[in-house]
Amino acid sequence: MSAVAVAPALPDALPAVKLDRLPLLLVPALALIALPFMGSFSTWVTLTVAGIAMGMIIFIIASGLTLVFGLMDVLNFGHGVFIALGAYLAISVLGLMGGWTASENLLLNLLALLPAMLVAIAVAGAVGFAFERVIIRPVYGQHLKQILITMGGMIVGEELIKVIWGPQTIPLPLPAAFRGSLLLGEAAVEKYRLIAVVIGLAVFAAMFWVLSRTKAGLLIRAGVQDREMVESLGYRIRRLFVGVFVAGSSLAGLGGVMWGLYQQNVTPQMGAQVNVLIFIVIIIGGLGSVGGCFIGALLVGLLANYTGFLAPKVALFSNILLMVVVLLWRPQGIYPVANR
Amino acid sequence: MSAPLLRLEGVHTHIDAYHILHGVDLEVAQGELTVLLGRNGAGKTTTLRTVMGLWQATQGRVLFEGEDIARSHTPQIAHRGIAYVPENMGIFGDLTVRENMILAARGARRAEDIDAGRLEWIFNLFPAIKRFWQHPAGLLSGGQKQMLAVARAIVEPRKLLLVDEPSKGLAPAIIQNMIAAFRELKQTDTTILLVEQNFNFARQLGDRVAVMDDGRIVHTGTMAELAADEELQQRLLGLSLAAHQ
Repeated sequence: MSAVAVAPALPDALPAVKLDRLPLLLVPALALIALPFMGSFSTWVTLTVAGIAMGMIIFIIASGLTLVFGLMDVLNFGHGVFIALGAYLAISVLGLMGGWTASENLLLNLLALLPAMLVAIAVAGAVGFAFERVIIRPVYGQHLKQILITMGGMIVGEELIKVIWGPQTIPLPLPAAFRGSLLLGEAAVEKYRLIAVVIGLAVFAAMFWVLSRTKAGLLIRAGVQDREMVESLGYRIRRLFVGVFVAGSSLAGLGGVMWGLYQQNVTPQMGAQVNVLIFIVIIIGGLGSVGGCFIGALLVGLLANYTGFLAPKVALFSNILLMVVVLLWRPQGIYPVANR
Repeated sequence: MSAPLLRLEGVHTHIDAYHILHGVDLEVAQGELTVLLGRNGAGKTTTLRTVMGLWQATQGRVLFEGEDIARSHTPQIAHRGIAYVPENMGIFGDLTVRENMILAARGARRAEDIDAGRLEWIFNLFPAIKRFWQHPAGLLSGGQKQMLAVARAIVEPRKLLLVDEPSKGLAPAIIQNMIAAFRELKQTDTTILLVEQNFNFARQLGDRVAVMDDGRIVHTGTMAELAADEELQQRLLGLSLAAHQ
């Protein structure tokens, strides 16, 4: 190959790379706006930590769903069943380790929680694999059918949960060392919420690393933008999608464990209840955008806690209102994915 | 004409209810640059997409190296050594130029895994690729994106390049760059099937030409013959080459 320079007439510089920082300011802005209404600084700290913890759990659940939609345009309204499955599995696994969860020893508590999370991740992933093959695959490209059949899948899943664990609400108490609060000045912050924040940040960091530093992550980001081109480069997008679907289901299972512990009780319908929140989050964030999903989840978590304290009736529709406001500002969501 | 690397035999393609290709017969010779000309809607892009498996031929055969690939999936076709540069360039705008190139090099996990000599050759061919290596591809100009699209297609040796209207929307200076790049590519014995509407661009590059109209091939021959015969150009393309010079 000879080397021939052929492009002399090019500009020397591109427009500067501008990081879209405005959405990053939304979370601190919402927190600061809420501060004067809270009555006391300690109440604000308590609610803010609770909101961030709730947001982190929602992010864990929703992050897989946004990629599933971004990659294959699949509207999976059955995502909630993996949340409920994760929570019920946690009941079973933690029930087997009653001695460890009742102990005040933090290490024993963690050793009980870890297998519960691993089982939820593994089983939800395996069920997700079957769900994709049986329910999703026949309806690629058909949104109406996707909505109907995935909702049907979730109803079937809920009924199966009732068959296995019963229809009643089951308490899911926190392991003993996770109960109670830490005092930060005068503000009481529940220990479990801090743990939820740490786990949520770890999942976000891991996801960020995979998406930005690995070939699979590059393929996912590229597939969200233009899946036809990814196939033209020689990659099987369907296989990639199955992997993302399984990972998303696993994360929903993990999120289910955390959500169940957050609520401290579990019902077969809990997945359907959380489904509304996670769809609001992925629409706010921009379909297919993990960064947008993260910010959207934090906004939803904070707003739910602030309005729940200030005006409980407003809390019922505050997240819908948030979605409307965000979409009026950015109709494609906070971080629209290019080429979509 | 050397042996055909790609041969289409009586290819019909439907898109939903529309019958777009009506029995396309086309040969692309090994090591040559064949230009597919024709007015808008003649079926040129559909022909490329059918070869690439993005739309399935409903009838006929697409023979690549003698094997029928008409029923193959797009990734399988890519693995046979066919690269595709679509009309919209297919650039991943949220990814950097480097990341776009890593994806195109199927065996590479990092930029360092790409063949260094080949990358240097591409950098010389398209200096913008090197200059904006770490920049988001979405910030590139139209011409630079086109260069990236072609660079991506050739980051690893391919047997056949399918290129859809590489001159579309480009400034004249950039078009000259693209012509020089394709001439350089031709010297590497790469087989190219190029869809074009810009006859002046096509005339400078093509070894052979096929003209499409209404989903059929209506003329095949050498580019030299077509370039020399203004009456034939008028009849087939409705243009005078002089008007485009």
